Amino acid sequence: MNNHSSLKDNKSLKDLVCNLILDIAPEADVQGLDPDEEFREELDLDSMDFMNLLDAIAKETGVNVPERDYVKVNSLQSLTEYIATRK
Amino acid sequence: MKILTMPSFGADMAVGTIVKWNVKPGDPVSRGDIIASIETMKGLIDMEVFDDGIIVTLLAAEGDELEIGRPIAELQLKNEEDSNNSSVQIVESDDADSVDVGSNTVVNQEGASNLPDSQNDVAKASRVLTDVEVKSVGSLNTQRPKISPAARSKAEQLGIDWRKLSEGTGPDGALLLDDINISDRESAEPSLDRVKDSKDMMRDAIAANVSRSNREIPHYYLQLDMVLDNTLNWLSLHNADLPPSKRILSNAVIYSAIARALSEFPAFNGFYRDDHYQPSDSVHLGNAISLRQGGLMVVAIHNAQRLGLAELMEKIKDQVNRARNGGLRMSEMQDATVTVSNLGDRGSDTIQSIIFPPQVAIIGIGRPRTVPWVIDNKVTSATIVSMSLAADHRVSDGHSGARLLNKINTLLQTPERLV
Repeated sequence: MNNHSSLKDNKSLKDLVCNLILDIAPEADVQGLDPDEEFREELDLDSMDFMNLLDAIAKETGVNVPERDYVKVNSLQSLTEYIATRK
Repeated sequence: MKILTMPSFGADMAVGTIVKWNVKPGDPVSRGDIIASIETMKGLIDMEVFDDGIIVTLLAAEGDELEIGRPIAELQLKNEEDSNNSSVQIVESDDADSVDVGSNTVVNQEGASNLPDSQNDVAKASRVLTDVEVKSVGSLNTQRPKISPAARSKAEQLGIDWRKLSEGTGPDGALLLDDINISDRESAEPSLDRVKDSKDMMRDAIAANVSRSNREIPHYYLQLDMVLDNTLNWLSLHNADLPPSKRILSNAVIYSAIARALSEFPAFNGFYRDDHYQPSDSVHLGNAISLRQGGLMVVAIHNAQRLGLAELMEKIKDQVNRARNGGLRMSEMQDATVTVSNLGDRGSDTIQSIIFPPQVAIIGIGRPRTVPWVIDNKVTSATIVSMSLAADHRVSDGHSGARLLNKINTLLQTPERLV
């Protein structure tokens, strides 16, 4: 992964996050999701879904989002960037 | 001989499909064995057997879709004395709807009074629904409306399922001939259950259950705003260095406070059946879990008052996961002695709920919200949650209901004690 351009990296990271969301909420319209929208609201993810998503992200990427940073990962875009800068 | 029937896993379940039999005729079974997987609107559920014995015949094939209450297998009990037990009767097809309507929470009083510590007791508590006995059906008769003979005959002639109608205009809400005629004009769906799709059937079943609750239970409602800051502050410290999988959500703290408070208020935790209230010795907290495809399931967290926060959190996570992906056990679907309804952190500020009979209380949790709050004569900001209680006036009154809510509030102020 380190050899890829950061753009490509972000794209594949975003795909990964989308797939992890689909594991939790199979009916979620991740394709139609505006990456800058608050995705929990858009995709109807409750606090437990969100925690399960962060758990899956931690297992896949090794990036642990602590509770105090929840406000920084509201959108798909910000979540992806958060992971990318800490991987 | 015992007839095993299609079990109900919720008020909104009308039919189930046998996906897989794990047993065949001649197989010995023990209490607790999973004998079949059943597909419902709510996913795959594992059906347990509650007696030791031998499977004699399977009365339904894999792939068969059956209304709840229909016979699916015959079980020869281990210690069966033929003359005593051969008289077990099957629910008449006529009464299948009655079973349907109330079966979400139908558990015999034996179950309510026992502490299901062991598998055995859990099994006992759930027995009624697998092996629908005449007695339990008799006690469910009040779930359907009264009807005059003329109206009944007319309904049958028109093919209207009068058990699904709401109250009529006669004494005690009895259905009269006119009610049936009106219903015939209004409804273009006389007894077409099999034509209706399962979503409609689910809505019908929910409507029937709620109507029954509203008809039979004299509800009263209370609400108390509770400051959550102590709980949230404690949780943020507790969760700060934990990976997501070990974090505790505020819901778990709230559920724990509710369960522990309820253990001191037996008038809100038990079953009202046959004009008699039987409190439960333990709190089997029914967690109303909404399903992504619509509908909801009430899943019992057994002995919730004894679980520590981490244990409770694990249990909730596991049950939500299984509610959505399959693998819940029948006992989890049938044992709840009280229900908690929670629309989530992005839901509404308050929720006023309707009691699931034969339970006598339901607690509704609104979303946490930040509001101006007065502490020591100063306006400050606080995160509060509005908690509502709907309870049964036949068993308790507002005074004790208010004490229950205040007890929950007190417990929420010292979350560290709930660990």
